[in-house]
Amino acid sequence: MGSMTVEQVAEAMYALVKECHGKRNLRATDLTKAMIDKIGAESCDKQMCKEAIRLLVDGGRCTYAYLGGSYIVLPPETC
Amino acid sequence: MTEKKPTPLLDNLEAGPWPSFVKELKKSAKSPMVQDLLGVLERSYEDKMGHWKHGGLVGVRGYGGGVIGRYNELAREFPDAAEFHTVRINQPAGWFYTSDVIRTLCDIWERHGSGLTNFHGATGDIIFLGARTSEIEAVFGELIEAGFDLGGSGSCLRTPSCCCGMARCEWACYDTMALTYDLTQTFQDELHRPSFPYKFKIKSSGCPNDCVAAIARADLSIIGTWRDDIQVDRTAVTQYAAGGQIDIAADVVARCPAGCMTWDGRSIGIDNESCVRCMHCINAMPKALAPGKDRGATVLVGGKATILGGALLSSVLVPFLRMEPPYDDLKELIRAIWDLWGDHGKNRERVGEFIQRIGLGNFLEQIGLDPQPEMVAQPRTNPYISYEPKEGRP
Repeated sequence: MGSMTVEQVAEAMYALVKECHGKRNLRATDLTKAMIDKIGAESCDKQMCKEAIRLLVDGGRCTYAYLGGSYIVLPPETC
Repeated sequence: MTEKKPTPLLDNLEAGPWPSFVKELKKSAKSPMVQDLLGVLERSYEDKMGHWKHGGLVGVRGYGGGVIGRYNELAREFPDAAEFHTVRINQPAGWFYTSDVIRTLCDIWERHGSGLTNFHGATGDIIFLGARTSEIEAVFGELIEAGFDLGGSGSCLRTPSCCCGMARCEWACYDTMALTYDLTQTFQDELHRPSFPYKFKIKSSGCPNDCVAAIARADLSIIGTWRDDIQVDRTAVTQYAAGGQIDIAADVVARCPAGCMTWDGRSIGIDNESCVRCMHCINAMPKALAPGKDRGATVLVGGKATILGGALLSSVLVPFLRMEPPYDDLKELIRAIWDLWGDHGKNRERVGEFIQRIGLGNFLEQIGLDPQPEMVAQPRTNPYISYEPKEGRP
């Protein structure tokens, strides 16, 4: 896969959070590992994933939740 | 407002000679939230069980920590305490305030919450107890305006804390407050955006007295120490001996855990190479003894209180590090630990437990540190350490 922008990584992350909603909670590290596995380490690194998470959370598309650990989930109003 | 209910079991807690949290709560019971809180508490004593659940989605936008959701399962009966969230606020390093600042904080909290505070929580933060979800953003806005920010909660860097250090203590071997402020500013993302397997605490003590109990509570403990000899004021030692307030042989020399001191009735001798920096002699004779002049800190890793697993004390990672801005070596070390633990730590596994699981040798290799004798607890009695005793010493 070619190089990706932070916005594209954020979209891929958002799709994963949506897909896992109600089935499995994802931590920031789970999302990072999943993105690096999916996109490839040459096109996506930890820093890029960190920025993608920031984009999703600051934009209100995802939010943090404490459920016995800190997870990234969909905001309740979008579920 | 909920009708005031009798609280005979709580009232009983006020009967003894000790300070009572019930008495303090009742002082604030003009707030309906606190009135209902007392009601829930009374019920907990009656039922012999708690009626609170915590966690969930409550917080401010962009932050993953700082607000801990608390919900009361008896919400119908005690509606004013249905939501009773905790807000953690990043304390000033060393916990110094002006009275104006404290008034400002209390005013904010009386406008938006129950008015109950906890100065300070176990991690060191200022704690506001009892907020409704609808008030959280407003509280946050006013705190920011007053120059405060939220602290850490959840799987993130918790608010770094430190002793008062050089501000008030002559034993401080480095400026704990400056370091804590610097680390807090540097790691804002890690503090507010949880990205770790579990919590990570950094606590800094200026000397081995360890007034913030960093060794017992922090994942990374930074404890001031010195490399040269203990400073001795011989005249002051003589004054201690003549004054009779302290028996130097019994109270100081005999209690040295390293057995590295001698006293012949006139002068004190210290084998500084064998000193373990316990601070006992310095604490006992503060006018005569002081830490050396070549000062820095020992960095230790892996401490924690009992939660999921048992308690751990921190272990030495870097025996001596000079603590001067911009603290690049320390920050590089912290990032290396986070990187490894973040990749391989299990959910809710503290870094000390992670090190126990993978082994200290592997951990050191992965973060790029060489093993050193100071990392071994009691090297002189450890059968795996080859040690040549000095003549005349055990």
